[in-house]
Amino acid sequence: MATLQETIAKICPTATVAEVDGAPMITVDDAHWHELAKALRDNGDLAMDYLVTIAGFDHVDTMGCVYYLMSTAHNTNLAVTVNATGDREKPFIHSVADLWAVAGLYEREVYDFYGIIFIGNPDMRRLFLSIDWEGYPLRKDYDCSPEANPVPADNERQSDFTTTWVENPDGTVEAKQVEVFSPQDFVVNIGPQHPATHGVLRFRTAVDGETIKKIDVYMGYIHRGIEKLCEQQGYPQTLHYLDRMDYFSAQNYHHGLCMLYERAAGIEISRRAQVIRVMMDELSRIASHCLFMGTFCMDLGATSMLFYTLRVREQILDIMERTCGARMTFNYDCIGGVMQDLDSNFQHDVKELLKVLPANIKEYKKVFVGNVIARNRMEGVGILSREDAISYGVTGPNGRASGWACDIRKWRPYSIYSELDFEEVIRTEGDAMARFKVRLDEIEQSARILEQLVDNIPEGEHLVKVPKLFKLPAGQWFQLCEGCRGVFGMHLESDGGTKPARLKFATPSMPAAGVVDHLTRGEKIADLITIGGSMDYIVPDMDR
Amino acid sequence: MYDLSVITEAIHSFLTGLVPTWLAVTLECVMIGVGLLLAYSLLALFYIYYERKLCAAIQCRLGPNRVGPWGLLQSFADMFKILIKELISLNHTDKFLFALAPYLVILASMLAFAVLPWGNGLQVIDFNIGIFFLLAVSSIGVLGILLAGWSSNNKFTLIGALRSGAQMVSYELSISLSVITMVCFAGSMSVGDIVAEQADCWFIFKAHVPAIIAFVIYMIAGTAETNRGPFDLPEAESELTAGYHTEYSGIHFGFFYLAEYLNLFIVSGVAALLFFGGWMPFHIPGWDAFNHVMDYIPSVLWFIGKAIALSGIIIWFKWTFPRLRIDQVLAMEWKYLMPIGLFNLALMTCCIVFGWHF
Repeated sequence: MATLQETIAKICPTATVAEVDGAPMITVDDAHWHELAKALRDNGDLAMDYLVTIAGFDHVDTMGCVYYLMSTAHNTNLAVTVNATGDREKPFIHSVADLWAVAGLYEREVYDFYGIIFIGNPDMRRLFLSIDWEGYPLRKDYDCSPEANPVPADNERQSDFTTTWVENPDGTVEAKQVEVFSPQDFVVNIGPQHPATHGVLRFRTAVDGETIKKIDVYMGYIHRGIEKLCEQQGYPQTLHYLDRMDYFSAQNYHHGLCMLYERAAGIEISRRAQVIRVMMDELSRIASHCLFMGTFCMDLGATSMLFYTLRVREQILDIMERTCGARMTFNYDCIGGVMQDLDSNFQHDVKELLKVLPANIKEYKKVFVGNVIARNRMEGVGILSREDAISYGVTGPNGRASGWACDIRKWRPYSIYSELDFEEVIRTEGDAMARFKVRLDEIEQSARILEQLVDNIPEGEHLVKVPKLFKLPAGQWFQLCEGCRGVFGMHLESDGGTKPARLKFATPSMPAAGVVDHLTRGEKIADLITIGGSMDYIVPDMDR
Repeated sequence: MYDLSVITEAIHSFLTGLVPTWLAVTLECVMIGVGLLLAYSLLALFYIYYERKLCAAIQCRLGPNRVGPWGLLQSFADMFKILIKELISLNHTDKFLFALAPYLVILASMLAFAVLPWGNGLQVIDFNIGIFFLLAVSSIGVLGILLAGWSSNNKFTLIGALRSGAQMVSYELSISLSVITMVCFAGSMSVGDIVAEQADCWFIFKAHVPAIIAFVIYMIAGTAETNRGPFDLPEAESELTAGYHTEYSGIHFGFFYLAEYLNLFIVSGVAALLFFGGWMPFHIPGWDAFNHVMDYIPSVLWFIGKAIALSGIIIWFKWTFPRLRIDQVLAMEWKYLMPIGLFNLALMTCCIVFGWHF
């Protein structure tokens, strides 16, 4: 803390440091922001090398961003609030895309929703919405009538150019056109409808023969404006949107957001509910990783593997169905606990699952990991170094395959994870094979957790009483949890009402898709499929 | 062993007695053409069913089981569906080449059918360069694929077609090398002679080590020739949506689909011819009673049975292995298969010269 105060005082005496939600919240003006960011990242005692997310805000009189930073070395975190300069027409903030690689993508998202222009960002286009969209949806004065943005009847417009804003020495800011693809480039459109993008994601890929020169990622084909919708719903109603983001991590995301609300409201939930939540999280994780292995192998052309992994997943979905009543979109965790109590056969079903898992894992290893073609296709392909993984914010199994211990369950234990005996699977190769193996081993670790809990589900209430009209006090909170694909961050701003004033979700899939261009340069077209598949992104999770 | 040429000869003499020779030959050609087309479509239908059942077994499924008993009519239903589908014509394509391409692919496999030894005396044409002719006509197929990819005016199809060109031209070398190896051993390029040479024992046993090496190379290269997994890069579903036939619909797509299955049959048929005696029954020298029993199984069944069994292996490949990458495909051919093939040819020559065979 002392170093932090000193650093800030040296760079910007006007900046203030307050304590918000247990972590320092620095408020700084835009003029000093880039310098401060550099110091925060490079000062060895602070070493804020991981940018979790950038959450824009619109307080009507001011606009700006909250940057959430974490240090992988010191396990500390802080937040920085930067107020934009300029008027509402053209608010400006200096870009930090040169410091954290992932910031480029996050800043585009903020620009898309708030119209805040980041000076120095090399690619200041909209990220989710089409290029001719009118207005910035998350601004409080946004006109959301259908007439403002009618559904276009003609083809989607696109441009081979992007804009970058540069600051002249005299302080004025001007836009410059930058070419993304030149007319000479052979640009292949992979997606939005393509078997290997696992949803409506679009890669505009410039190729030279079979070699990839550049990839431009287009997101937003399944953007539903979940953050905007959340601002219009009561707190309990916001929960069910999480089932529709990363539909494989639905339980984990629910768990995270419920924890955030419960912490903000000061609700203590029963031990039984906590155990149930953790068990559901781990079951989801196994199901998700199984599906990953199946679809990934199918991308590589090994179709049969899908059926072997779906067998296990089906068994898990059956377990979920018996308790939650759904095979997807469970909407199971709720504020105060879980919706229903466990099915009477739950323990028996989980034990059955744990019995068949080891044989299945052995089979997967035999069929695929040892396969010479699979090894040739995966080993050494798409190597992501640890530094890049942190800079690009690639978390979850992908980050751990690059040697970054980024499992929130170990890093910032929540719920009952600190009492459980399991290992964080870390590999150092950083290639597609490592990402595959990490997930395979994580299934074993999740099974270990389930084994510890299945006979130790305490009796008690599964749901504690919460007020019918759920209100949160005014304030700001930030919560992290571990989804199946990595770090899931939630930023909540409450004005004391029954609806969130701002709810921002930082999902692991977006950085995972953002890093694809970096990983595929100079690789073959087939490697794009390998790398994209091994990142295991879920398109609704990145688009929200 | 019943010689089916008795029947064909009888038909021939009957026709020449009725009409002038030129007309008789023309009529025979038409009959053979119709017969081949029938065999072609029936085999394709069978293969679709066969692959589905086999892949279902590999994937712990049941496969088609609703249409007809054991799903037997499923492929008929699918064929009927594909026949009544609309042929979508696209703007900005080269219309002539676009329409021509599927026929070229079909033509290549039809022509190859002509020299396959279907049974004892049941062969359309048996001439002294039979195998050579087969290699030549089966390379027409790649032209069809290249044209399909080029004329569709689509980036995916173009990449698929170029992959296909690179792959098929490369693997033809290996196929030819292993065929030459076996032709050396047989001492003839005539299909009839090659089969006759194996009357006492099949080549795979007679020529042992070099024949087995040639067989393995042939099966790998043959899988690549048919564009099937793990060499299905030209249509790599997860990369190029459907590769060179992305833009085709209806029966034009059906032609590519059929040709793939029929090429599978041809590749396995040629393997059966070169290594497993064609239509020749399984004979063990000295075991006369056993050989005699084997002769009772009709020669047509022997040939088709062998071909289907060998295609089973290729289908098994497809549902087991992941797809290779284009550079790995080419490296495998030029760095491994071709040098081994050349070495094997030398080895076979030594075997023949020094009499190291049975």
